[in-house]
Amino acid sequence: MALYLPIAEMSVNIFVLLGMGAAVGFLSGMFGVGGGFLITPLLIFYNIPPAVAVATGANQVVASSVSGVLSHFKRGTVDIKLGVVLLIGGIAGSTVGVWLFSILRDLGQLDLIVSILYVGFLGTVGGLMMAESLRALARSRSGATVSLRRPGAHSWVHKLPFKMRFKASKLYVSVIPVLGLGLMIGGLASIMGVGGGFIMVPAMIYLLKVPTNVVIGTSLFQIIFVAAYTTVVHATTNQTVDAVLALLLMLGSVVGAQYGAKAGQRLRGEQLRALLAGLVLLVALRLGYTLFVVPDEIYSISRDLLQ
Amino acid sequence: MRFVAALLSVLLFALPAAAQDTQDEAAENVNVAEPSLPERIEIGLSTETIAITSDFSGVDLTIFGAIDNIDPLVQRQGRYDVFVVLEGPSVDLVTRRKARVLGIWMNVDSQSYTGVPESFLISSTRQPQDATDLETLARLSLGVGQVRLRPDETAANSEEDVREFTAALRRLKEEGGLYQEFPSGVRFISQSLFRAQLRLPANVPLGRHVARAYLFRQGLLVAQTQATLDIRKAGIEYQLYRLAQDRSLIYGLASVLLALLVGWLGRVMFRRD
Repeated sequence: MALYLPIAEMSVNIFVLLGMGAAVGFLSGMFGVGGGFLITPLLIFYNIPPAVAVATGANQVVASSVSGVLSHFKRGTVDIKLGVVLLIGGIAGSTVGVWLFSILRDLGQLDLIVSILYVGFLGTVGGLMMAESLRALARSRSGATVSLRRPGAHSWVHKLPFKMRFKASKLYVSVIPVLGLGLMIGGLASIMGVGGGFIMVPAMIYLLKVPTNVVIGTSLFQIIFVAAYTTVVHATTNQTVDAVLALLLMLGSVVGAQYGAKAGQRLRGEQLRALLAGLVLLVALRLGYTLFVVPDEIYSISRDLLQ
Repeated sequence: MRFVAALLSVLLFALPAAAQDTQDEAAENVNVAEPSLPERIEIGLSTETIAITSDFSGVDLTIFGAIDNIDPLVQRQGRYDVFVVLEGPSVDLVTRRKARVLGIWMNVDSQSYTGVPESFLISSTRQPQDATDLETLARLSLGVGQVRLRPDETAANSEEDVREFTAALRRLKEEGGLYQEFPSGVRFISQSLFRAQLRLPANVPLGRHVARAYLFRQGLLVAQTQATLDIRKAGIEYQLYRLAQDRSLIYGLASVLLALLVGWLGRVMFRRD
């Protein structure tokens, strides 16, 4: 069934979008990530203008993060204080990101930067995660216990000033890396249309040494606000949020996420991480392909926004 | 996917003219070479607006028209030609070109254009170049190749580059179905009535379109006329679009609220833990 999207200004197949939402929701429920890093590239592959894909992706992330965070609140695995500090950095980063987004769009380089950021971040995160989970799989096969957290090992991050105590995470750490992490994720969220969970989660685990059980809840908690803020700022500065498109994706993903969560419970942690890493690497490869292979059409037309 | 056919009806200017023809038939047989009155062309649009709804996937548009004071002899010889052009609103556009930089394909140079018609659909009785001379076609912009594309002179592109950019712009518009020729789209349905058929593509631009009609007699322009047609979004899509443009803050906040609601509902409906 065809549906005309009011902001993207194109006809799309309603079932393709619902299916896309459901597939991404399934994966995000399985891996505990927002799924923004999958939604935005998928929309771009489906010929939705990248500017609309990014802004609408942020809107969709709000819905999937709310679904996720509610269950984490129930289990008490959200560090609100840590989330708020991350959020302060995140809002600042998002403001800068949306501003950069308009400039890049006017320069005609938005698609390029979005693709490069995706390839770079997804490639790096996917590669690191793949290496780590394969090591963990090998270790668990040989019988050793697996622990991501090594409390004794303090890095340079823990020598910075302005320390703050985060009780729920059993953490005493400087606010500088926390704010910095929030800032970076906020900026990426607004340029890439992602919540940033796929970078936030590993960064919290490896850099800040936050216990794994609080990481996902806290990251989801702050992503809701950053993604909501990003959505509103994109709506006001670029008018690129397509509510109809977002609604279709949300409906699909909310349903898909429930089944994904169930499927996820049958797999072990390191198996899940290896699968997620494989998926992330695939998206990175697909996007990288378009960057390096001779395009079918080297010319493009866009509205002149500078005049 | 319902096929919306917007039918644009007849202005029956032809009836009195036809009646007169039969009365004057005797006189005309005597004096064929000297028509008493100059020809006039009229086109009629039964509607001034076309509304795009959620299932819009393009539409066939029929424009009816009539010619007054037609010379029956010239008409019998098929020496009258009609062009009907539907031109979309003009916008400023940028054409960009990609090139390989450090192995990566990126936009490297661009050329701006002012006042480019977003769409250009032309329907005619025969191939444009068979109807009149190229100079006239160019002067009146009759044909996809004749659409005037004015490059911004301030850009530092060489003349050859500008030519390439212009050709690419025209080609992309053509490939997107926005610039189209229908070389046998105009048919005479009686001696003085004609019907022009055009296909509005699914991505037809919104706004004020101008329909122009030209009448050629033996290759010479003898009459022309124009009418306007508004194409706009309708229904909830239009309301959303206006809201996103005019009250973007409210729109943004509503989008977020919707997301919060859907997320929460999903959680409530599927609660299992």
